[in-house]
Amino acid sequence: MKTDLTRRQFLKMTGTGLAIAVAATGSGFLLVSAAELEKAGPGFRPSVWLEVRPDDLVIVTVSKSEMGQGIYTSLPMIVADELDADWKNVRMEAAPAGDAYKDPVWNTQATGGSSSIRHMYEPLRKAGAAAREMLLLAAAREWGVPLEECAVASGTVKHIKSGHSLTYGRLTQEAAKLVVPQNPVLKKENQFRYIGKDIPRLDIQEKVNGTARFGIDTFAPGMVYAAIARPPAYGAVLAGADNEAAQKVAGVRHIVPVSGGIAVCGDTIDAAWKGREALHASWKDARDPLLSTASLEKEFIDQLGSPGILARNDGDVKTALSQASRKVEALYQMPFLAHATMEPMNCTAHIRSDACDIWVPTQNQSGVLAMAEKLTKLKPEQIHVHTTFLGGGFGRRYERDFVEETILLSQATGKPVKLVWSREEDIQNDYFRPMNASRIEACLDADGGVMAWSHKIVCPSIFARVFPDAMKKGIDNAAVEGLENMEYDIPNVSVEYVRHDTPVPVGFWRSVGSSHNAFVVESFVDELAHAAKKDPLAFRLGLLKKHPRAQRVLEVAAEKSGWNTPPARGQARGIAYCLSFGSYVAQVAEVSVDRGTGTVAVHKVTCAVDCGPVVNPAIVSAQMMGAVIMGLSAAMREKIEIANGGVQSRNFADYELLRMSDAPDVEVHIVKGNDALGGIGEPGLPPLAPAVANAVFAATGARVRRLPMRPETVLEALKPV
Amino acid sequence: MIRLDINGKGYTVDVAPDVPLLWVIRERLQLTGTKFGCGIGTCGSCTVHIDGQAQRSCQTAVGSVQGKKITTIEGLPENHPLKKAWVQEQVPQCGYCQPGQIMQAAALLANDPHPSDAKIIEHMNGNLCRCGTYPKIKSAIRLASTGGKK
Repeated sequence: MKTDLTRRQFLKMTGTGLAIAVAATGSGFLLVSAAELEKAGPGFRPSVWLEVRPDDLVIVTVSKSEMGQGIYTSLPMIVADELDADWKNVRMEAAPAGDAYKDPVWNTQATGGSSSIRHMYEPLRKAGAAAREMLLLAAAREWGVPLEECAVASGTVKHIKSGHSLTYGRLTQEAAKLVVPQNPVLKKENQFRYIGKDIPRLDIQEKVNGTARFGIDTFAPGMVYAAIARPPAYGAVLAGADNEAAQKVAGVRHIVPVSGGIAVCGDTIDAAWKGREALHASWKDARDPLLSTASLEKEFIDQLGSPGILARNDGDVKTALSQASRKVEALYQMPFLAHATMEPMNCTAHIRSDACDIWVPTQNQSGVLAMAEKLTKLKPEQIHVHTTFLGGGFGRRYERDFVEETILLSQATGKPVKLVWSREEDIQNDYFRPMNASRIEACLDADGGVMAWSHKIVCPSIFARVFPDAMKKGIDNAAVEGLENMEYDIPNVSVEYVRHDTPVPVGFWRSVGSSHNAFVVESFVDELAHAAKKDPLAFRLGLLKKHPRAQRVLEVAAEKSGWNTPPARGQARGIAYCLSFGSYVAQVAEVSVDRGTGTVAVHKVTCAVDCGPVVNPAIVSAQMMGAVIMGLSAAMREKIEIANGGVQSRNFADYELLRMSDAPDVEVHIVKGNDALGGIGEPGLPPLAPAVANAVFAATGARVRRLPMRPETVLEALKPV
Repeated sequence: MIRLDINGKGYTVDVAPDVPLLWVIRERLQLTGTKFGCGIGTCGSCTVHIDGQAQRSCQTAVGSVQGKKITTIEGLPENHPLKKAWVQEQVPQCGYCQPGQIMQAAALLANDPHPSDAKIIEHMNGNLCRCGTYPKIKSAIRLASTGGKK
C-alpha cells in the first residue's frame, strides 16, 4: 500500500521523461528513477520528486505549503541550480497528501518550525545533481564522445569540440534508462547560478492579478455552504435554537447538530449565514462563566508561587543569589494572541462512499489525511487532499478543527460542503499564543558581571495537546525555548517551568515560545546592563564571547543603525537579539515616546540576520520585514480579551492589527555565514518586541514589562515608582 | 433579478438586494480575486471600484449598485502600472490581501497620480496585511506613481 502512491506518482511521470525520487534512509538518501522502482523496495518513501519532461519543462513537486514564505520558489530554485536548468522552464506542482511526500526529517507531511529549506536542501540538491549527471551521460553516449568533453548550460548539454547541443528534453528518454548516481557531485558555492540570487517568486503574477487559488476560492459541483453557530463561552452547550426559523430562510437545506454547536447548510453562503442568524441559538453550562482576562492574569501571577519543573540548572543559582550583593528582579506578563490570518479558516470537502476530496489551505497534510481516514474509514489512497495557497498560516493552519467540521458536514449532508468561518469565528475559536508570566531574579558582581539568573515561567502547554510524546519530564519545549538554550554566559542559571493550562486553547504562533521568551530575556538583559551601568550592546557582547554568530548579528545591526552615533532629536534606540529555529537575528528599533499620551512611534527597525547559506536573499529580507511588522503588531496592539467564560474579542475592530500608518521603515542586512542552514519564516519576529521596549526605556527610563505596549501600559510604566 | 455591470460585462443574478456585493462577486460569479477578510469593512480585502471609487464590497448591498460600473481586480488591466509595480517590487507574501490593496491604490492614483507619502498612508490605512508587506506596498505605489522609475 505504501508504494502504491509512489508507483502512481512515477506512472504519472514515466514515458514522459526522466523522473527521480529521493528518500531519506537511516544512512543518507536513496535516489531512484522510475525504471529502478523495483529496487527501491516496499519501504521506499520519497520526500522529493523531480521530473524533466521531453518538452524541456522541469517539474518539482513541492510537498511544503506556500503561506507567504516563498517556498514555492525557493525549493524549485535549489533543484534548478544543481540541474543547471533554464529557470523559465521550471515549474512547481503542489504535492498531494501521502506517504510519498513526507518531510525527510520529521517523517510527516507538514510545514512549520521554519524547517522547509533546512530539511529539503540536501535531497533537492541531490535530485538535481543526479539528473544533471544522467543527462550529461545520455548526451555523451548519443554523440559517442567522452563524458569529459560535454558540459551542461541552462537546460542543454553541449559537446564543446563539435558545438553539438541537445536540450534536456531531447535527452530524457535515454537518461531515464541510466542508473541513478547515489552520490552525484554537488556544486561548490561559486558555481551556484540561482542559489544566493534574488530570483523573482513564481507565485507573484497570480497573486497580483487575482487568479491565485486560496482555499476559500474552491468550488465543487453541487456543494452547499455551511455556517456553524458556536457557543460564546468555553464548554457551553446548546440550550435552544429556532430550527424552524432557520429552515424558512430561502436556500437553507440542512440543519445539522455538530459537536459544540449547530450548523446550517444552504445553497449560498448568504443563505447559510442568514440561516445561522435565524437560529437565535442560546447556550448554557459555560465551564467557568467568571473566566476573564483579569482572572486569568491573576492566576498566572499566583502560579509564579507554585513549584515548577527544572528545565535547566547550571551551577548553583540558589547559593549564588544568597551571596549576592546586588540583585535585580522583574516580572513580565503577556496576553493570549490570535493568529488572525487574512484568509479565515475554511475547507471544502466531498466525502463519498468510495473516495473523498478535501481542498484545504493546510500546513499539515499528514494530519488532514489521518483525520479523514479516521472519520471516513476510507483507505489513504481513496483520500485526495488538495493543498491550495494559504492566506497566511503562522501555525494556525497546522490545526485541523475546521477540516474535521467540514468532513463531518459532508458526511451528514451527503454533499460537497464549503465551510468558511466568519472573522468572528476565526478570532474566537483560535488556538492562541499562550498567555504567560515570568519572574526573573539575577545578581551582579561588583564589576557588573552576571553571576546568576533564576527564571520561572508560567505557561500553558501546547505540546501536551499536539505532540504529547515530545513532552520531556513534563516540560513543554515550546514554553521554555529561548530559556533552556539561552546563550548568555552566566555561571549559574536555572529555568523552572510551571505548566498552567486554562480553558483557553493554545497553539503554535509564529516563532512559538521564542516569540514571548525573547521579550523577557532581552528586556531583562537590558535591565541588567542598566544596573551594571553598561551600554546594552557592549554588555551583550561581553556575555556572548562563546557565540560569535550572536555577536556578529548584534554588531552588524548596531553598526548599520548608527548605534554609536546620537539618534535623531527626541528619538532613542533599543537593541535585542534572538537565536531561534537555527538563525541568529538582531534588531535595533528607533522610537520616540509621547510622555503625555504614552504613545510610542517606531520609526525604523534595522535587522541583521545570519541564517547560514542563503537560497534567495530577497525572500529572506521579505520574511524579516514581515516578521518585524507582525512582531510590532503583537508588541504594540494585540491582546485577546476574555470575558464571561469565553473570548470577547471579535473582529479587527477590537482585535487591532498594525496598519500602514504605524509600520516603520525596515532595513535588512544579511550576514553571510557558512554555518548550518537556519530557518527564515519565524526568526525575524522574536527580537522585535524587546528591541522596542528597550528603546522605550532608553527614551524615557520607563521599563515596560507587559505587552501590548498600548499607551495606557506605557503611561503606567512612566509613573514614578 | 439584479443586473450588474462588472468589468464591462453584464450579469443578471437571482439574489436578494440586501446580500453583500462581495458574496455575489466571489461566490456566485466566481470572480475570486476579491477576498473576504472581516465582513465589517475593517480590512479592505474585499475592495472593488464602484464608479471609480474604492469601496468595501462586504459593506455594499448588491441592490445598491445596479446601473453602476463595478471593477474588480480581474478588470484592472494587466498592464496597469500598479500591477507592474507590484511584480517589480515583489510585494505579495501570502498574497491574500493584495488584490484589495491594489484596488485601493488604483483608486488613489486615478484621482491623484503623484500622491505624497502622507496621502498614500492616509488612503491605504484601511487595508490590513498580516504578512507585513506595508513597506513594499508603499514603495510599489511610489514606483507606479513615477511611471516605473525609482
